[in-house]
Amino acid sequence: MNFLNQVGAILWKDILTEYRTKDVLTSMLIFGLLVILMFHFAFEPDSLEAEKFGPGLLWMTFIFAGILGMNRAFAGERENDSLQGLMLAPVDWGAIYLGKMLANLVFMLLAESIILFCFALFFNFSLLPRWGWMVAITLLGTLGFASVGTILAAVSMNTRMSDVILPILLLPIALPVVIGAVESTAAILTDPPGESLTFWVRFLVVFDVIFITLPLLLFDFVLEE
Amino acid sequence: MKLIRVHALSTFIAMLIALYAIFIFAPTERTMGFIGEVQRIFYFHVSSNWTTFLATFFVFLCSILFLLKERREWDIRAATAAELGALFGTIGLITGILWAKPVWGIWWTWEARLTSFFLLWLILLGYQMLRRVVDSPAQRAKLSAVFGILAAVDTPIVYMANRWWRTQHPAPVIAGGAGSGLDARMALTLCITLAAFTLLYFYLWRMRCELERAGDVIETLQRQLQTQGMEVR
Repeated sequence: MNFLNQVGAILWKDILTEYRTKDVLTSMLIFGLLVILMFHFAFEPDSLEAEKFGPGLLWMTFIFAGILGMNRAFAGERENDSLQGLMLAPVDWGAIYLGKMLANLVFMLLAESIILFCFALFFNFSLLPRWGWMVAITLLGTLGFASVGTILAAVSMNTRMSDVILPILLLPIALPVVIGAVESTAAILTDPPGESLTFWVRFLVVFDVIFITLPLLLFDFVLEE
Repeated sequence: MKLIRVHALSTFIAMLIALYAIFIFAPTERTMGFIGEVQRIFYFHVSSNWTTFLATFFVFLCSILFLLKERREWDIRAATAAELGALFGTIGLITGILWAKPVWGIWWTWEARLTSFFLLWLILLGYQMLRRVVDSPAQRAKLSAVFGILAAVDTPIVYMANRWWRTQHPAPVIAGGAGSGLDARMALTLCITLAAFTLLYFYLWRMRCELERAGDVIETLQRQLQTQGMEVR
């Protein structure tokens, strides 16, 4: 099996597990909708305010829902003692990282698309005219978050309080994603789109490249006993 | 005389000179009126922040070296550097806040340097947290090295993102810091304080590493005694 097939196999295994249990997706979705509800009560935004705080809140929802998902990324492997099997399998450990990361990316994107739809519905956003940009930004931002999140989930899996420690490690490292994604989302809400749009999209691309390469180099050390 | 004694003594003397320079030698800042004396915090502030960055750099370096060589010594150095970074970062934050209030009129502003320094401080605290919750020493070393490297790469990115973010937003109103147009005596005082703090940092670092090594020795001894069936308190 070449490297890409290995990545594909691990991705497929995770998707299949999720398809049969639907644990992660459901909890991310319900949590995301709850955040939207809380947002309404915390700020009671009118349409202008919703436009101002919307991008920030949208990404906060994505990030917090994402952390829920990340926490489960390796927890299942641990509980079922299947991590050992995964490590003994004749695969490059980099493939385990990439497969897990892509699985997290897929779950987050699925949850995000529904959260985004509800968000636009509840707060009267019209993202339709620039949906292409919105898809690109969501993809890039989530990719960056998933790449950092997956390796830090693997780090915190080995600790005593993994679900508490993950946000403490992940949020500061993922901060550039939040800045880039919020700024570019805010830029597409104005008409015409803000000049900073292309700049922040490029920033996200650079972040993604750095933080996919670096975890690939470091992941072996995390798995080693 | 042993080298560590020389180091201790020179740190002590440098600190005394720095204190003299800060409180007696350096002129009082005039543009700030009667609160000009407050400006003397600046020397402590800049020096502790410099030390924090130095410590973070060493966390990065020692973490990489640890992953390459897998020697406990590099883990000790990275961990203790992170501890000192958190300590000096706390001093830097507090002195910064105390300085900002009389000079800028506000305790805090979300300016790029402040924001990224705050984040760096939180990362250094997170690093301490991570070390506390991993039971196996070998794993603790590896995991914290991985986190140390990720964090060190992340910090400059956050700083740049913050600066770019600011240029897209109305800039906060900040009086030109004391860094603009320093009096020669002030500049000299700053240099002395920086040197003194750097010496202090290396001294504390050495002592802290020594302490950690001693802890390792005690642990091995305890284990040896336990295998011989003796009770260890």
